[in-house]
Amino acid sequence: MPLGSGLFFSAFFGLFLRDARVLTRELIPFLLRVGMQPLLFLFVFTFVLPRMAGSNPLASGAKFGEIILPGLMAVAIMFSGIAAVALPLSSEFGITREIDDRVMCPLPLWAVALEKVCFSAIQSLAAALLVIPMARYIPAVPVRANVSSWILLAVVLVLSSLLAGSLGLLIGSTVNPKQIGLVFSILVVPITFLGCVYYPWAWLSNIRWLQVGVLFNPIVYMSEGLRGAVTPEIQHMPWWASLPALVVFLGILGWLGLRGFLRRVLS
Amino acid sequence: MRVSQGSCGNLGTADTFISSIGCNLIVEIEALTKIYESKLRVVAVDGVDLALKQGEIFGLLGPNGAGKTTTISIATTRALPTGGTVRIAGIDVVKHPAHARRLIGVVPQFNTLDRSLTVYENLYFHCRYFGFGHSPARARSLELLEQFLLSERRDTYPAQLSGGLGQRVQIARAIAHRPTVLFLDEPSAGLDPQSRMAMWTAVEALRTEGITVLLTTHYMEEADQLADRLAIIDYGRVLALGSPKMLKATLGAQAIFDVKLKSQDGVDAVLATLRRRDDVSSAEATADGMRVLSPNMAALLPALAEATAGLGMRDLKITEPSLETVFIQLTGRDLRE
Repeated sequence: MPLGSGLFFSAFFGLFLRDARVLTRELIPFLLRVGMQPLLFLFVFTFVLPRMAGSNPLASGAKFGEIILPGLMAVAIMFSGIAAVALPLSSEFGITREIDDRVMCPLPLWAVALEKVCFSAIQSLAAALLVIPMARYIPAVPVRANVSSWILLAVVLVLSSLLAGSLGLLIGSTVNPKQIGLVFSILVVPITFLGCVYYPWAWLSNIRWLQVGVLFNPIVYMSEGLRGAVTPEIQHMPWWASLPALVVFLGILGWLGLRGFLRRVLS
Repeated sequence: MRVSQGSCGNLGTADTFISSIGCNLIVEIEALTKIYESKLRVVAVDGVDLALKQGEIFGLLGPNGAGKTTTISIATTRALPTGGTVRIAGIDVVKHPAHARRLIGVVPQFNTLDRSLTVYENLYFHCRYFGFGHSPARARSLELLEQFLLSERRDTYPAQLSGGLGQRVQIARAIAHRPTVLFLDEPSAGLDPQSRMAMWTAVEALRTEGITVLLTTHYMEEADQLADRLAIIDYGRVLALGSPKMLKATLGAQAIFDVKLKSQDGVDAVLATLRRRDDVSSAEATADGMRVLSPNMAALLPALAEATAGLGMRDLKITEPSLETVFIQLTGRDLRE
């Protein structure tokens, strides 16, 4: 007996509304969560350091700002995706089992998981776009996004945001709430530092093992894809390499995340 | 144990919904089994057959670990059975879980209210999950707040509610989308006696709405008070099924008469007379009187008064047949073990 598509969409929309309501209550924490890191990063590396005599040559001038703009967007996407899905999901699956009521709504379980990922993707998009004005106004020399292709930008942003939400789903449904802080230290921090956020991937050519190693890190393709879209003058992976990689990672993490979710919900 | 389905046995799926209502069978559980295969193989549910009629309050009574919660989890699409089927209003819950969820309301064992939302919002968004538009969802939520005497708490967060109030919100939320069947898993666990009474009243009131209720409990009084029919379940099997009264009668639960007498002189003769009666299963002398066990309380009472008239009755205490004694007879163990 098929479920009416009308009910499907209104139930899905209902879940969306609920998340939106909760987010409006936590708007300031949300902004702090997604904004603090790029804000401080831009402030220290593109405002403070260039004013110091004999400072790090890499951190001087506008070029570093242009290198890290797409990288910081990628980090914002990743942080917000994980924070928006993994943190609440982990506690909702934990002692309180708050997720129960949403799981019991008349939707297939995969749709409940998809809603979580989609809602977090919207937050990730907002977080990424927030970095662009920051990069313009914080650095000593304004860093301007030079969008080569709006379509490429849109595709990379959407794929990256969904990917971050899927990783959040996987973490949220497999890690217990007590260890969620640990996940940030042992997973999120390393993948952002090694995610070609602060340097283009091509510049790793002198450290070949690392250049190959980081190819297993999805943030690399986010940063490089965004580099191609936002700061095309900086060396970056061609779109035909970064986009398929994003799709593959989205597929793998999405599948694992959904599997973890179903396991937690259905015994 | 299975309730006869009569002519409604073999029906195509398309007609099943209407026919089930015709037959008054709303929940049909057949040969349900659930085996957890891990380090230890646990047979949680071992061939349970149950059929619930529309509008009845049905109790699953058994000790902790008897398989009650697992049975409810499967029926409410939160666990997959190893074997057997569950149909709600004719809809197979394993094949069509999303569809079945429209017909069921669940009050889980623990408070699962959404901590990020107020009491009102818990109800409002629940309605939205079930496809209500803004205005109907709002109207239904306000109506429920009133019905469950929660209007003053509409802007309270669940963490600030007492156990009893939280349970009331959970029941209100579970019936918000007007389900056909309401599942209550250990609804009075962790409630103080007063809240339990209030919860009972709330459940009793659901009768007027025509909702079928399946509740699990390990409290005798709860099963006795609320359930029209109940199944006694242990080790994943149904041991007995019927109305509380019927179970007490057919399973030989006894009323106990404790009689205190002014004098023990001639008590042996009276006991001998009583023992000859069909409705007396035992009659023994005690230190200051006698104790008589009988399955038929009403008939024995006048006879007992007459028989002991010459001995001078000082006091009479009657303990009615209880499900507790039935349960102990069936399982050989106490409910709260």
